[in-house]
Amino acid sequence: MEQPLPAWSLPADAVDRIALTSGWPEHVTRDWAWGGATGAGVRVCILDSGVEAGHPGVGEVQESVAIRMDREAVIVEPDREGDVAGHGTACAGVVRSFAPECELVSVRVLGAGYTGSGPVLLEGLRWAVAQSFDVINMSLSTTKAKFAVLLHELADSAYFRRTMLVASAHNMPVESYPWRFASVISVGSHEQDDPFAFFYNPTPPVEFFARGVNVEVPWLGGATFVCTGNSFATPHISGLAALVLSKHRELTPFQLKSVLYLTATNVGGEA
Amino acid sequence: MSDELRAAVAAGVLGAEEQYRALLQSIVGVARAIFGAKASSIFLLDEPSDELVFEAVAGEGAGTLVGRRFPSSTGVAGWVLVTHQPLVVENVAEDPRFGREAAESTGFVPKALMAVPLLYEERALGVLEVLDRPQDEPFRLAEMELLGQFANQAAIALDLLQRARRARATLEGEGELAALARLAAALEGNEAGLQLVAALEDVLNQSD
Repeated sequence: MEQPLPAWSLPADAVDRIALTSGWPEHVTRDWAWGGATGAGVRVCILDSGVEAGHPGVGEVQESVAIRMDREAVIVEPDREGDVAGHGTACAGVVRSFAPECELVSVRVLGAGYTGSGPVLLEGLRWAVAQSFDVINMSLSTTKAKFAVLLHELADSAYFRRTMLVASAHNMPVESYPWRFASVISVGSHEQDDPFAFFYNPTPPVEFFARGVNVEVPWLGGATFVCTGNSFATPHISGLAALVLSKHRELTPFQLKSVLYLTATNVGGEA
Repeated sequence: MSDELRAAVAAGVLGAEEQYRALLQSIVGVARAIFGAKASSIFLLDEPSDELVFEAVAGEGAGTLVGRRFPSSTGVAGWVLVTHQPLVVENVAEDPRFGREAAESTGFVPKALMAVPLLYEERALGVLEVLDRPQDEPFRLAEMELLGQFANQAAIALDLLQRARRARATLEGEGELAALARLAAALEGNEAGLQLVAALEDVLNQSD
């Protein structure tokens, strides 16, 4: 049975109930944020083309599912095909390079044809949000306005369930979603080589820039490619988010975003 | 009137398809030249079959690949189409699976590939690829922006091509528009027929 909605207010005697589980330091530094962290205990979902499990640059993948539609019904089944493009493996590899001990789960939303891929993408995200992952890496966007409302609802429910949705910004001048929503972290590319260099953008909608040019990433068949695109910058932020969350389990997406802001290269992050 | 009618039909439909194809060909030609690349191609999404089809090719594969089809949601081109995100992959020759897939969709095994979605209004119409730009310089974001601009141009051309094809299919079909087109063709040079149409127009105007 559904819980009745609470009244969204804070009586005087309830202030203690929402006390934070741990205090914040006077200065949030990178060392406080993720020093010594490995990603252990954090579950990261790669919503993409599948992931090649066992690739030396990826390692173990805890679970792989594929999403498809059978008329109106959504089918979620174990993924036996693996990566149908190479991109999901690349993203998983970037996350793994930051968080060697995080749990990786692949949700494949590609391969069943382009027509109908919109609903598959949407249902893949819906499934991922329901699984309460800590981080969902989403190098995907749609230009269809009819999906925007549903994506917005999903992004918000992820935000309230403590799932950080990290989405690629578009590097073409088109309206697309979900990266434009305030409840996700949107990521574009910078040209520097340092994987830990990332910048806060004071003029959104794109909130962060991470390494996205000439990035060495795992690809199909155990290979390594050198790749460029916002879709490779995105897992850099997902990887950092996994590190921070493994050290500070209590952080909400709002707090996590604040930590990333405070530790960004152009804010105070080099300290 | 007959000449004007014929010109209107021709401009709207019949000659347009060839002109738009020439425009697409010119876009891949310029893209290839500007990037100093070995080849450039435009794929159109064929919705009824849910496949990507080579629509224009410059450089390697020109003349042999147009019309060839492959799946719409696998491989690099499929990923770009579904996710609406551009992608650049380099140093790709070492992977046999990629090589095989790339050869099927390009006619040769490239060392590097840039792919960008062709987005028009809310729709993804296809994919533009540029293969094997010179590898002596690392890739820069400025090139990604340039690629995006070519994609915008190609998307507009591709939209025009699709419109022309739909219009032609409509005119060649069995519907009311097709009947009108046949009527327009039959009226060409037929003075009595044109007088009849003019009289009909008068009647319709009066009944408004």
